[in-house]
Amino acid sequence: MLESYIKERRKTKDILLMTHMVLGYPSFEACFDIVEQMVEAGVDLMELQIPFSEPMADGPVILTANQKALQTGTTVPKCLEFAETVSKAFPIPFLFMAYANIPYQYGMEKFAAKMAALNLKGAIIPDLPPEEGEDYLHAMKHNNLDPIFIFSPETSNERMSYLSSLASGFVYCTARKGVTGKKTRFSEDLSAYLSRCRKAVSLPLAVGFGVREKADVEFLKSRADIAVIGSETIRVVEEKGVSAVGEFIRSIR
Amino acid sequence: MKNRGYYGKFGGAFLPEILVATFDELETSFEDLKSDPAFWDEYSALMSSYSCRPTPLTFAANLTWEFNGAKIYIKREDLNHTGAHKANNVMGQGLMVRKMGKKRVIAETGAGQHGVACATMAAKFGLDCTIYMGEVDVLRQRPNVFWMEQLGATVVPVKDGTRILKDAINEAFRDWVTNMDTTHYVLGTACGPHPFPEMVAYFQSIIGKEARQQILKIEGKLPSRVYACVGGGSNALGLFSGFLNDPVELIGVEAGGLGLNSGMHASRLCSKDARPGIAQGYKTYFLQDGDGQMKETHSISAGLDYVGVSPILSHMNETGRARFESATDDEVIAALKLTMVKEGIIPALESAHAFAQAFKEAPGLSKEDAIIINQSGRGDKDIFTVAEAFNDPKWKDFIIGKAATYHA
Repeated sequence: MLESYIKERRKTKDILLMTHMVLGYPSFEACFDIVEQMVEAGVDLMELQIPFSEPMADGPVILTANQKALQTGTTVPKCLEFAETVSKAFPIPFLFMAYANIPYQYGMEKFAAKMAALNLKGAIIPDLPPEEGEDYLHAMKHNNLDPIFIFSPETSNERMSYLSSLASGFVYCTARKGVTGKKTRFSEDLSAYLSRCRKAVSLPLAVGFGVREKADVEFLKSRADIAVIGSETIRVVEEKGVSAVGEFIRSIR
Repeated sequence: MKNRGYYGKFGGAFLPEILVATFDELETSFEDLKSDPAFWDEYSALMSSYSCRPTPLTFAANLTWEFNGAKIYIKREDLNHTGAHKANNVMGQGLMVRKMGKKRVIAETGAGQHGVACATMAAKFGLDCTIYMGEVDVLRQRPNVFWMEQLGATVVPVKDGTRILKDAINEAFRDWVTNMDTTHYVLGTACGPHPFPEMVAYFQSIIGKEARQQILKIEGKLPSRVYACVGGGSNALGLFSGFLNDPVELIGVEAGGLGLNSGMHASRLCSKDARPGIAQGYKTYFLQDGDGQMKETHSISAGLDYVGVSPILSHMNETGRARFESATDDEVIAALKLTMVKEGIIPALESAHAFAQAFKEAPGLSKEDAIIINQSGRGDKDIFTVAEAFNDPKWKDFIIGKAATYHA
C-alpha cells in the first residue's frame, strides 16, 4: 500500500516528488519517454490523468492538454494499456487521476478491478466527494487500492477529520484556492494550513497546485511528505521538448 | 456537505473539495430565504415593478381555429424585462446575493438571454458582473454581447472545448473556485450541483403559479396538456411546477436539430444517444460517447444547445410524470412562421420548439380541451439569428450594404 511505501522512502529522503501527466499528450510515445526520464530523475510516484472533455478543476495548461489528447484520439482503453506498460516497466507506484464520469461509465467495480490488475495503486477523482462516492470507496477497498482524498484551505477541521476517516494512502492538499497551474504564494498562511492538515490526519501529506521551482519544494520540506508537480512539467515539455523533463526534475529537488 | 439533492437517481453534488464549503453556505442561504414568509412577496413585488409580472396568458384564437382541436393558450414569458423567463431566476438569485452580502456575480450564457438578464440584475443591485460565453455563441449572438457590455458587464469569450454553453459553465466554475469569497455564481438553468436545480426551479415556479390561476379564471378548468421547450429545463420546470399535483400532462420539447438519427441534435431525454453520467457537478442524462466524453450538440437555437438536462426532468422522464418529445430545426421554423402570421406573436427559436410540438398534437384533442404553450422568450430580439434561420435574401442584402458603409 502507498502509505508504507511513502513512509519507507521518507526515511532516506526529506521530501518525495509526485509528478502528473495527461495521458496521450502530446502523444503516448512522448508520455513513455517522459515517464522514463522522470523515474530516472528520481520521481517517487506518478499520477496518470485520463483526459476528460469537461475538466472542471483544471486550469488552462492541463485543460488544453486534456483537449488535445482527446482530439488526437486518446481513449480510455488506450490509457489503460499505457498504464499497464509503464507499471510493468518502472518500479514506482502509479495512480490514476480521472473525473468521475470516466470510472462511472466504465463501472466503478470493474474500473477498480482493472486498476488492480494493471498494478496501479490508487486514484484521485477530484469531483467525487465521499458523500457521492460510496460505490467507488467500496470498489477501491475491495481491490486493495487507495482512494486519495483532497483537502483544501476551505476545508473545515471537522470535515478534515471526516475525510481522513475514509482516506488511505496519502492526502492531497491543494495549496490554495482556484484551479491547477496558477501561481501559489508559499507563505505563512500555507504553513498554518498545512499544520492544520497534519493535525487532522496521520497519513502522509502531498501538496500540489502551483509547485513550480526548487524554492517551492524547499518550502514544503518539513511541512509535507510529497511535493506534487503538475502543470509545470507540461509547460516544460511544451517550451523545451520532452528531453528537458529529466533535467527539470533534477533541478527542483 | 449537507443535503445532496437527489431526484430519484439524478442530481447530487459532485463538487471539487474547494467548493464544498461554498455550497454549504449557498444551501443555508437558500433554505433561510425559502422559509422566510416575507420573501415570496418581496420577490413577486420586485417582479411586478421591474419585470412585467404577472405575464399574460394569451388565447391564440387564430391558431386554435387553424388546428381545429384544443384551445391554444400562450403563457407570455417573452413579456418579461429582457424578453425571456431568465429574468425570474436572476432577480431571485440577485435578492439572495444581497442577503449573502457578496459584491460580484458571474454567469454562463448560451444564447445570451441569461447573460443579459444577469447584467441587468447586477446593474440594478450594484454588483460587479462577469459573463462567460462560448466563443461560438459570442460570434452568433453579438447583439446580446453588445447589451451585456453596455450594461456594465465584462463578457469573457470561452475558447476551450466546443466553445459553447457547457464550456462557459466549466469556465464559470473555474472562476468561482478562485473567487468564492466575494462572488456568487448565478447559474442560469435548473442544472449543476445541488441546490441549483431546486433553487432555479423555485424562482421559475412563478410561471406555473400564475398560469394555473389564469387558466382556471378563463376556462374554469385545468388544461389537458402544457408544453415547454427544454434546454437546461428551467422554463419547463417553471411551468410544470404549477401543475405537478394536477391531472395535467406535462410535455417537454427538446431540440431535434437535423433529426434524432442524424447525430446533430440536443435531445437528451428522447433520443438513444444519451445515458446517465456525471459532469459539471451533477448526475443526469448526458449526450456522451462510450468512454464518457461529452459529445457535440446541435440546435438552431443556442439556448437549447446543451449536453445535459435538469436532473429533476430526468427523474420526471423516468417516472413518466412528464413526456419528452423533440422538434427539428425545420419544424421549428415552420411553427415560428405560422405563429407570427396567425397571431402577430414572435416566439424565440427556443420557445418555437414547444409551439411545434403543440401544433402536432392540438388537432388530435377535442375542442373542450385547453393547452398552454410556454413562450419562454421573444424572437424579435434575436433578429440576426432568426433572419439567418429564415435565410431571408432582403436581410442579407441589408447586412451586406450595412457592412459596406463601415468599410467606407
